[in-house]
Amino acid sequence: MTDTPDHISAKAFMAELERYRKGSVSRRHFLGVTGLGMATTVLGSAMPSLITRPAYAQGSIGDSVVLATWPNYHDPASFDAFTELTGAAVQVNVFGSNEEMLAKLQAGGSGWDVFVPTNYTITTYVDEGLIDPLDLSKIPNYDAASFDERFASPGTVNGMLYAASKDWGTTGMAVNTSQTNGRVLTSWKDFWEITQAEFSGRTTVHDYQLTTIGNALKSFGYSFNSVDPAELAKAEELLLAVKPHLFAITSDYQPPMRSGDAWLAMCWTGDAKQLNKDIPEIQYILGKEGGEIWSDFYAIPKGAPHLDAAYALINFLLDPAINYKEAMFHGQPVADARVNAMMSAEMMADPIIHPAAELLSALEFGAAATLTDPNRAELMARFKSA
Amino acid sequence: MSPKLINRLLLAPAGLWLLTMLVLPIVVVVVFSFGERAQAGGYVPAFTLEQYLNLPARWKAFQNTLTLAPVGTLIVLLIAYPLAYYLAIKANPKWRTLLLILVIVPFWTSILIRSYAWIFILGGRGIPAILEFFGLEGIRLINTPFAVLAGIVYGYLPLMVFPIYVSLERLDKRLLEASADLGSPPWRSFLQITLPLSLPGVATGCMLVFILLMGEFLIPAMLGGGKVFFVGNALVDLFLQSRNWPFGSAVAVALVLVMLVSVTIYMRAIKRWGNGRDDVSLM
Repeated sequence: MTDTPDHISAKAFMAELERYRKGSVSRRHFLGVTGLGMATTVLGSAMPSLITRPAYAQGSIGDSVVLATWPNYHDPASFDAFTELTGAAVQVNVFGSNEEMLAKLQAGGSGWDVFVPTNYTITTYVDEGLIDPLDLSKIPNYDAASFDERFASPGTVNGMLYAASKDWGTTGMAVNTSQTNGRVLTSWKDFWEITQAEFSGRTTVHDYQLTTIGNALKSFGYSFNSVDPAELAKAEELLLAVKPHLFAITSDYQPPMRSGDAWLAMCWTGDAKQLNKDIPEIQYILGKEGGEIWSDFYAIPKGAPHLDAAYALINFLLDPAINYKEAMFHGQPVADARVNAMMSAEMMADPIIHPAAELLSALEFGAAATLTDPNRAELMARFKSA
Repeated sequence: MSPKLINRLLLAPAGLWLLTMLVLPIVVVVVFSFGERAQAGGYVPAFTLEQYLNLPARWKAFQNTLTLAPVGTLIVLLIAYPLAYYLAIKANPKWRTLLLILVIVPFWTSILIRSYAWIFILGGRGIPAILEFFGLEGIRLINTPFAVLAGIVYGYLPLMVFPIYVSLERLDKRLLEASADLGSPPWRSFLQITLPLSLPGVATGCMLVFILLMGEFLIPAMLGGGKVFFVGNALVDLFLQSRNWPFGSAVAVALVLVMLVSVTIYMRAIKRWGNGRDDVSLM
């Protein structure tokens, strides 16, 4: 986890500028604290020739690599370190749903080198011929034996490894308990109920069919992965009734939760950990009916323009020391035993990161059928356009 | 080389551009709109009217677009006209260029980044917090149709200001003097001379803003929180989330048709109105 706040006040900025001018802090500290460093990196990466390129031991891998991933999912310092090591600047594209990633790849010419698919989507990518198996000789940091089978196995399809485990987590709800008047939310039923009552206009749901429809289904006790038309119709009825009471339909809900505009969010583990760390009143709850447990992977799309850089980036991020730093930043549990060995006992016992076994046992992994089911896709689109 | 051949050669680049960038994509979209969605998403060839029959499922998006686009255009016009009038007629010529540049300056930054700024201005810690200070509690702005309208007005204002400015700047000031000499009060001179002579600019500006607004998706997505849905957002969703290309194509064809019809009605109305007068020619 980082201690850097997501913004800097004008006063703090001037104070930092003064310190930098006086020479009491380094340029690196100044740029980091004020966010100017990030801004310059972004601008600089638009003109790669401006960045000096150190020699990389494994030979030149080019000056850029494109990563498609999820919001708040990587420590920017990891990318800086990668660029320093290899000379390749990391361009990050952020997505809100697996459907969006699949759509980009299906349309062709995504330009991505590495992307981060979720467990249940990988067979579809293989069937559609959109990804290539990983060449393990180029990822020496991947040690199959150290990964928890439960989370790493969806990366293997037809006996070949297509995707390397990044991390795993759950989908629950983040609630700002300073607004609940002591009421404790325990279920998805509560989630939808309070949204239509005291929390009207204060709730966000994912812009993502799997979880938004899935957790509506759960509140009726149906499977998270149901594609049964009658069950989906019930979920749609609920979602349409809730829609006028929502603050937003978005997968990037940290900003409104932090600003206090939103009080309740459908939320992934890492976001919950990041929010809870900075604002302890925001607590993370798993619906008692169940919900989603997931694992994410690194994969390389067919025709990746910078293949060498893609392997270099995956290998770099799977280095246990880097992966540990990443986990400390994004707050998701990691399936790699080598990384977990570095974690403090406190982190391993954190109820947000590692929920109790009986809570986990109620959860379901997403099913491949939900990704391609036309009814779920159209239900989500109708819900959004209603 | 004959002049005819030279003409053709000169027109070739533009013609080729239109063919590959406009005509072919439209043909593809029309063909797709009669197809079916592939199992994992995309398109399979077919001939079915199913997609068009499903159009009512996006009625709300059309309704939102057809309300907010004209309303937005009207508000932009009401704000842009006095500004353009001031710039063209009242402003000190010494400062005019600078003021005009100030109107363009926001275009130097991407609309995406400027919309992010609006998220904070309209969010709970922005304007609502100020209103709360004055005792107006519980005002919600972000993720409402109002927020989308504010973003639209902000984003499209310069597109309306410039055509009106140009038509007002060309205005022969002696007409106003003559009118005053003949005893007309300023408001009458404005209604009978300035306003009619600036109508071509108004007509162009409205058209420019309205057409672009009909296809808008970024501002509703950013300031509407995924709740204020334009046809543009429906299209983005159909192609980039649910991967239903045939239905997306049908929605796109419907949008183009709606646009053609409304623009034709608009042009007719303007023309008829212009023909009714012998002093101004519109378009």
